[in-house]
Amino acid sequence: MKIHEYQAKSVLARFGVAVPRGEVAFTPAEAGEIARRLGSSIAVVKAQIHAGGRGKGGGVKLAKSPEEAEQLALQMLGMTLVTHQTGPDGRKVSRVLVEEGLQIDRELYVSIVIDRATARPVVICSASGGMDIEEVAAKEPEKILQEHIDPATGIVPFQSRKLAFGMGLASGPATRLVKLLEAVFKAFLETDASMIEVNPLILTKGGDLLALDAKVTFDDNALYRHPDLRDFRDLSEEDPLEVEASKFSLNYIRLDGNIGCMVNGAGLAMATMDIIKLAGGEPANFLDVGGGANADQIKNAFRILMADRNVKAVLINIFGGILRCDVLAQGVIAAVTELRVPVPIVIRMEGTNVEEGKRLLRESGLNFTTADSMGEAAAKVVSLARV
Amino acid sequence: MAILLDRHTRLIVQGLTGREGTFHAKAAAAYGTQVVGGVTPGKGGSMHEGWPVFNTVHDAVRETGANASVIFVPPPFAADAIMEAADAEVPLVVCITEGIPTLDMLKAMTFLKGRPTRLIGPNCPGVITAGQAKAGIIPGHICREGRIGIVSKSGTLTYEAIHQLSKQGMGQTTCIGIGGDPLIGTSFIDALRLFKADADTEAVVMIGEIGGAAEQEAAAYIAHEFRKPVVGFIAGQTAPPGRRMGHAGAIIAGGQGTAAEKMDALSKAGVHVVKSPADMGTRMREALGR
Repeated sequence: MKIHEYQAKSVLARFGVAVPRGEVAFTPAEAGEIARRLGSSIAVVKAQIHAGGRGKGGGVKLAKSPEEAEQLALQMLGMTLVTHQTGPDGRKVSRVLVEEGLQIDRELYVSIVIDRATARPVVICSASGGMDIEEVAAKEPEKILQEHIDPATGIVPFQSRKLAFGMGLASGPATRLVKLLEAVFKAFLETDASMIEVNPLILTKGGDLLALDAKVTFDDNALYRHPDLRDFRDLSEEDPLEVEASKFSLNYIRLDGNIGCMVNGAGLAMATMDIIKLAGGEPANFLDVGGGANADQIKNAFRILMADRNVKAVLINIFGGILRCDVLAQGVIAAVTELRVPVPIVIRMEGTNVEEGKRLLRESGLNFTTADSMGEAAAKVVSLARV
Repeated sequence: MAILLDRHTRLIVQGLTGREGTFHAKAAAAYGTQVVGGVTPGKGGSMHEGWPVFNTVHDAVRETGANASVIFVPPPFAADAIMEAADAEVPLVVCITEGIPTLDMLKAMTFLKGRPTRLIGPNCPGVITAGQAKAGIIPGHICREGRIGIVSKSGTLTYEAIHQLSKQGMGQTTCIGIGGDPLIGTSFIDALRLFKADADTEAVVMIGEIGGAAEQEAAAYIAHEFRKPVVGFIAGQTAPPGRRMGHAGAIIAGGQGTAAEKMDALSKAGVHVVKSPADMGTRMREALGR
């Protein structure tokens, strides 16, 4: 689960990480009021959306007075912010963070993720903060420092010192980095984060370390034990159809094409998108109905697929292991009849009770196109979507 | 011969008394697997569908001589179940459970280090040795006995590969679903090592997904050490970056873990990479010159 910058900062602050003073505002008046309270010579107004690259898109601005902060918030709230991470449609800004401006000496980078290869958390630091870390990794890999953490010990001070001196910090800030990394690591473990990124971590002219920007992503599988963190979810940042699908345990991701896909299993669902593209079509979505899909779920899946007005044809690709093909066929027939699905449907199914499933489809009196292989199914659905 | 399990394997089911555990224990037994009992804490001493139920894995192993376990317990308790099986020195543990918190798996992976237990999964369809035994949910009736091994991150896509091979007249030795999570017990390389040592396996189908670098690591291993033909497919060629495609591990982060870079690495290692998932079976037949 992704959260906003101001929420990420509140989580880090809870664990003792220093962050700039600031508050979130939903209206221009609130923004002005916060700037007034902060009383700093400069206030920073930052659009809160679940995507990076906000500065370049005009989502981060400096205000020299509370009035200016209010004015900037008025411009930002309600605007659609397009960055390299939002896609061409951009995201609507509905809240801004108003923070004190600080005197920055250096910009550093800190993140924690799980390294799959070693099955350990890894702390990544770089003296080149404030930049896209992938760019740093590609151009100056020597500037990326890493320490793998033994889960039994947690992060040990010598590891933090190696990172601090490796980034060229003087001894005072280096000592502060030891504390800061301990706090970030604790936050990582105790919130079941899948990633914490502080970029930039700033060194002020006074020698303090503060998280000027922060990105925290939580492990969806662990949210059940963090009811407080679940409240951070901002549904307006998510596609309404994806939110709707998640209510029925359907794994749906909306894409740009016109061929709706309904598949069981994540790998097969991705492979189905791939083969549609190879056949010259464009998938409208990723949809995994799971291994134990029943008639009700198939109906809901159809409802969600058809809510996307771009969909011109549907491909159902099911490999029935536990899910029996005859049960699937009954579900599809019932859903198509009830919802009066107006677009052509190509069905490819294989596995348990496949012959019975095919018989049911044939005798339903509905206009299904069937296919015996993935390749045939993709070719058929692509040509039907073109009509 | 095959690998990991065969008709002599003695399998227990952790979570036997649950709906999934019961269903798949019966299916495994029907396939010919020696299912010897189950573990459900608090229900020890009872019988379930004719099998003895134990409170602990230790008890189950002592009483039944089990040498493999398949886990069907809910996500919050699954890492615990893995560690319990490893502590009881069960040589093969197959965890089907989907949705285990990553930090729980981090503990389990740390616990497994230095122990002889091999973990398959989690979030996987399990293992089947064609015509002999299965631990997991792969439908037995699509398999044919033969000489091709399969290793895959995906569940139903594994079934697709089995089906295509069987249709082309090529049976299987052992099919392994290694799982789609970021942290898994058995990697592609681990599975390939086992297939390398297995005289019955003459070629391998390898199915990867976007996310991580396990396929690239496998490519390096294949280039240097694996001489049997490999047919490879990577799911997610059209997946957009930054979106998690179902599996917790299937996400392209910062341009890393794309299908293109994985396919490229595998091709350079001599793997017969297919672009279309429909071509796995036919490409294998060509690779074997038949």
